[in-house]
Amino acid sequence: MTAQKQKLPHGITPYLFILPQLVIIAVFFFWPAAQAVHMSFMLEDPWGLASQFVGFENYALLFSDSSYGRSFIFTLVFSFLVSLISLALALLLAVKANSVLRAQKSYRVLLTWVYAVAPAVAGLGAYFIFNRQIGVLSQAFNDMGWAFNPETDPFDASFMLILVAVWKQVPVNFIFFLAGLQSIPKSLQEAAQIDCQSDSKRFFTITFPLLAPTSFFLLVINLTYAFFETFGLIDTLTQGRPAGATTTLVYKVYQDGFLGADLGSSSAQSVILMILVLVLTAIQFRFIERRVHY
Amino acid sequence: MFKKLATSAAVLFAANTALAEVEIQFWHAMGGALGETVNEIAGQFNNAQSDYKLVPVFKGSYEETMTAGISAFRAGEAPHIIQIFDAGAATIINAPGAARSVEDVMASAGLDFDRTDYISGVRSFYADADGKMIGMPFNSSTPVLYYNKAHLNAAGVQPPATWEEFEAIANSLKDNGHIALAQSHTPWIFFENFHSRHNLQLADAQNGFDGLPTEIMYNNDALAMHLGKVKAWKDAGYYGYFGQSWDDNQDAFVKEEVSMWLGSSGSFGGLKQSADFDFGTTFLPYWESVNENAGNTFIGGAALFAMSGHSSEEEAGIATFFDFLTQPETQYFWHRETGYVPVTNAAYELAKTEGYYAENPDAEVGVQQLSLPGGEWSKGYRLGFYVQTREVIYREMDKLMAGDTTPERALSEIEKAANQNLARFARTVQ
Repeated sequence: MTAQKQKLPHGITPYLFILPQLVIIAVFFFWPAAQAVHMSFMLEDPWGLASQFVGFENYALLFSDSSYGRSFIFTLVFSFLVSLISLALALLLAVKANSVLRAQKSYRVLLTWVYAVAPAVAGLGAYFIFNRQIGVLSQAFNDMGWAFNPETDPFDASFMLILVAVWKQVPVNFIFFLAGLQSIPKSLQEAAQIDCQSDSKRFFTITFPLLAPTSFFLLVINLTYAFFETFGLIDTLTQGRPAGATTTLVYKVYQDGFLGADLGSSSAQSVILMILVLVLTAIQFRFIERRVHY
Repeated sequence: MFKKLATSAAVLFAANTALAEVEIQFWHAMGGALGETVNEIAGQFNNAQSDYKLVPVFKGSYEETMTAGISAFRAGEAPHIIQIFDAGAATIINAPGAARSVEDVMASAGLDFDRTDYISGVRSFYADADGKMIGMPFNSSTPVLYYNKAHLNAAGVQPPATWEEFEAIANSLKDNGHIALAQSHTPWIFFENFHSRHNLQLADAQNGFDGLPTEIMYNNDALAMHLGKVKAWKDAGYYGYFGQSWDDNQDAFVKEEVSMWLGSSGSFGGLKQSADFDFGTTFLPYWESVNENAGNTFIGGAALFAMSGHSSEEEAGIATFFDFLTQPETQYFWHRETGYVPVTNAAYELAKTEGYYAENPDAEVGVQQLSLPGGEWSKGYRLGFYVQTREVIYREMDKLMAGDTTPERALSEIEKAANQNLARFARTVQ
């Protein structure tokens, strides 16, 4: 007997159910995205009084602008470092917090609550901590013999941003890693404990592979965070300074579009950003997800 | 019966329109204590008459306020009055139909307006090529030098009038453990006002007043010399560079790390509150070697623009507020509370006769500097996409101070970017 494919008779009812979602996606994603693509080919005065089609000129200008190239590289390095460090730190903390016997809950709460701080608020807090006149950490670095000047030294400014961005992101990763660790069956861990004495070896051969789906998901989330959500931190802490060294691509879109009123260039930049994120996500799914076993 | 009802309804309706105040939206960028003063002026205006109700709305920084106004205009929801800063003047004045000239608004409301009532340094910045005022000068300031009296006395020196004098005294301050100088706004103080003070042209087409400029003139020997000197002062420990932030540089002066600071005449009120020491104020220094008859500086700050697309009744409201704002009493109040200069001659006279400057001689320095005899190139500038150009100036200054570029390379980078911005802006204007 061959299995007959059961075909359910249906009219428009199912479409009606997904319609609200489709409308939301169309209005809040596809329409603005299409608008951005359209604007990226136009040269328009700020007030929208006159506009003309200029083809790829906005893009060509960006690619010939060395400061855009620098911003591109900074964004990649920054995102890579923030993701890597915050993932590694969170994993370490989750593994340790998972094996703590006493006051486990307190540890978890303490490691999680930073998550509730909004990026802009975190940035403001950090502004005071790193302020050269009243900042505690700034003072500490200087006492240790590091002339810490985030307002004039690109390295110090990047260091400060990465530190705060990581601090802000560790709790999210921590929660997911902790949940992932707790879903690993006890029996499996105990069996491994009998076969292998070394903690680290057990971690890399048993625990980490079992955490791979969580880690992969977090990698995608973290890169997106570093790309987009660090805007609030940058705006309150460095404004892309000094010498434009901490200007991420997203911050540059804001500077040129919102502060400088050059909508054509700003739209072209956001289209490039859109493509970049699509490519990055595609790469992640294509090459990394293959190695992940659910 | 029906007729009676209709008449009473009509009477009621008429009474209602007479009672309803016309709301005038005023978007501004004055935060903190400045915002409170704006609210106070709005309150005074609303109490003084009953036809209009002025509603001031704080929209964030200058750039954010301009962007908010632009988006609102595009959506057909423009406010009646918007505050636009010096670097954004080209953006609004070159847009046909975005704003109505203040002179036209006053004339159609039947209110007197005479541009010669305004002090000379203020009059031209927001005016068109024929001198017709487009924007109403509001918060006007200019860069001045503040100095720590105790530091200078201890070193036995006088505040410098010229940069040559500064070079002569900087070392005595350093010997006492102080950095001699800092400043808070590189494009405004070291670029724009460097040109007005020394009467140097900064762009073609009459600094941009006479049509759309295509060529910036920052890449000149005088400015290259000045920037080279600043870098040398930094290396010698005479100049403190604390990055692009206004506050970081001002704080260094407030905390007495630095003996002299170039800031805004509008900083006076804030400094009085934050500085625990006696400070004095004097004119922005100049290079005697560049121009021995240094003249007035540009006004900085912002102006109010009447946005178009409003009914004649609302426009009359805008005009009534402008009229109120420029009354000597209002100006004097604003001047006293904020440290911004009074924009009319009458207000300046009032401040003098009230004896305000006898008690606070420092408060007069800004007005005096703006009233110095000026040259051909000290009226102002109007440059397209200038916000981005300022960003490049800041960036190159960071590099110069870090030793990553030379004054010549920095100036040629700035020239390239500024010209590109000018050309691009010119194409958007049709």
